[in-house]
Amino acid sequence: MADHISLQGSGSVPSESAGSQVVKPPALALGPLGWVRANLFNSWFNSLLTILILWLGYQVIPPLLDWLFFSSVLPGEGVTNQTCRASGGACWAFIHEKYRLILFGLYPYEEQWRPIASILIIVGLLALSCNRNFWRPWLAAVWAGAAVVVGVLMWGGVLGLPFVRNTLWGGLPLTLILSVVGLVVAFPLSILLALGRRSDLPIVKSICVVYIELIRGVPLITVLFMASVMFPLFLPTGVTIDKLLRAQIGLILFASAYLAEVIRGGLQAIPKGQYEAADSLGLTYWQKTRMIILPQALSITIPPLVNTFIGFFKDTSLVIIIGLFDLMSASKAALTDPAWRGFYKESYLFVAVIYFVFCFFMSKYSQWLEQELHRGHKR
Amino acid sequence: MAPQAPRRSLINDPNVRAIFFQILVLGGVVLLGWYLVSNVLENLARQNIATGFSFLDREASFAIGETMIPYSPASSYSQALLVGFLNTIKVAVLGIILATILGTIIGIARLSTNFLVAKLASIYVEVIRNVPVLLQLFFWYAVISESLPGPRQALNPVTGVFLSNRGMKFPGLGDDPAWTWVGVALLAAIAGVWLLARWARKRQEATGQQFPVMLGSIGLLLGLPLLAWLAGGAPTQLDIPELQGFNFRGGINISPEFAALLLGLVIYTASFIAEIVRSGIKAVNWGQTEAASALGLHRGEVLRLVVLPQALRIIVPPTTSQYLNLTKNSSLAVAIGYPDLVSVANTTLNQTGQAIEAVSIMMAVYLTISLGISLFMNWYNTRIALVER
Repeated sequence: MADHISLQGSGSVPSESAGSQVVKPPALALGPLGWVRANLFNSWFNSLLTILILWLGYQVIPPLLDWLFFSSVLPGEGVTNQTCRASGGACWAFIHEKYRLILFGLYPYEEQWRPIASILIIVGLLALSCNRNFWRPWLAAVWAGAAVVVGVLMWGGVLGLPFVRNTLWGGLPLTLILSVVGLVVAFPLSILLALGRRSDLPIVKSICVVYIELIRGVPLITVLFMASVMFPLFLPTGVTIDKLLRAQIGLILFASAYLAEVIRGGLQAIPKGQYEAADSLGLTYWQKTRMIILPQALSITIPPLVNTFIGFFKDTSLVIIIGLFDLMSASKAALTDPAWRGFYKESYLFVAVIYFVFCFFMSKYSQWLEQELHRGHKR
Repeated sequence: MAPQAPRRSLINDPNVRAIFFQILVLGGVVLLGWYLVSNVLENLARQNIATGFSFLDREASFAIGETMIPYSPASSYSQALLVGFLNTIKVAVLGIILATILGTIIGIARLSTNFLVAKLASIYVEVIRNVPVLLQLFFWYAVISESLPGPRQALNPVTGVFLSNRGMKFPGLGDDPAWTWVGVALLAAIAGVWLLARWARKRQEATGQQFPVMLGSIGLLLGLPLLAWLAGGAPTQLDIPELQGFNFRGGINISPEFAALLLGLVIYTASFIAEIVRSGIKAVNWGQTEAASALGLHRGEVLRLVVLPQALRIIVPPTTSQYLNLTKNSSLAVAIGYPDLVSVANTTLNQTGQAIEAVSIMMAVYLTISLGISLFMNWYNTRIALVER
């Protein structure tokens, strides 16, 4: 406003002599004070809410900061659980004591560089895959190579690495492996299910509908129970598959049903003209699907797909119920040490922050992608 | 059929191909099913496990902490499962109601013109949505069972209400037949309110005259039970919890497991409902509000008659899936020891070894609940849907 007025002064620098023309904006409408008036005290109800929240903040924030930082116990010489119990603040010494258990589970202590390397590979590749310039066929090859490297690192037994049974895997690498492998395997399966559900063939369609609705209608826990107690019965006598693989199969069955519904939404959004145009070119069903329909359907569904990924990443924590040692189980196990009982806030906070960082970045990424991909549809 | 239709070989006939592929798929599925079933039968025979649901009549011989119907370890497995089912329903129904209320409040708060309110609501949504619900359940359970004092040092915020790590105790209604009549009167009042609202709407449509439905409803809801209470001799006896030995006696108890489960589910689901409510309200064109105000409706009427009916159309379908999610997530009760259906079925499974039967009971019950909720919400959705051409 001030700029606008000075421009009217025919290019001359506004001086004191022109002061009579320069009308200063009312102090209460602009600047910090104006912002406060417009955003915090614009009606009696909002003023009341503001005061209430400020009061609540005064009640909550200082004790919280005190707990988190000022009274907290940092790891150091001679710091024990007794020091923590005496201080009344957060016990970061507990996290320092247990972080390797929480992050890597029961993996042998001196071999823990291997899960660290695996985590770095997976997270690095995930970050790489976020860049749309890298969405090329070679990315799949890189992922396949990474899967081999991670497998070698985690199991060992070759290249001089001691063998580690997968019953000892745990913590963050297990959470990442379960969710990434689950999604990668479930994805092609879900495309087939979605196509099947949209198919004209009644038998194929009904099999897909029954499968999707059956899995989506029940909680993940029951699918995991099914995987852990019923799979052994389904296998021929003498054949056993271990608990981790059973849980992984359960998670794949579950994820594929949910992803299938998201992809079906994308398929439904493709205008009929696209199908008709492909038919008129004489393309076969699979050519049409592969070259015309799926690329469009998948690009529409990327944001909801990322949201499904987030849900699935959080849901892998449920494997604790069938006794797998993922991030959540490891954090609970850290609490069972009698010396460190009762520091559940620190333990859960630590794990919550890890989950939050992954999920928050994925959700921001999906929002950004939505903006990015919908450029052509913007009005 | 036109006589000049070109002759095609059978291989290229789409109809023949369709039938061929379907036979192939069906054959594959049937073969797989037959293979699995034969393996199951073989394994069961080898492990000497009888198939079938006859175990349901046997004595369960395990105790359940929280029951809505009479139950003892001498009861049968079917009764145990019924107890678990009722516990699931209890937490799901309460959770859905509370999550809807909290979610609506937070969704509206995110749209508030008050900067602090809006920011606080967005922080709530972002944080709660991005942390697994199971972790939140563990957290609330730990807060309740570890932070609260034992029964002897129970917190006593209001007379008769005790908070301890054994749960929350508060006074219940004393044993008096009058309370039954108060309940009946309350149900009658609810029916009366419904009839009154119908009559008032018909009258307004016919004559244009408005009837103060709100006042009438409040009068009915308060008046009828009050009359019943007075007619029953106005009993004032309450059942107040008292500390006896190591625990409380009397009163109504909310167990820590139930409280933690309900709290966790409500807080988690509300964050999703808040986003749905926010997008629903934002999707209603601002011009609608302006037009309604131009007609002379005041703020409450604008919201109730113009904005909400349109927002609900957008809100209802995704909210349905949130209700289903809450119901399904209630199965996480097994992790914190609340005896819901999954927890009871899991115990049954471990005791009897009837894995297939126990898991299929769980799945069947959840499928039925899911279908029930979707049917109801679909019915409601069609009722409020926009009728076009």
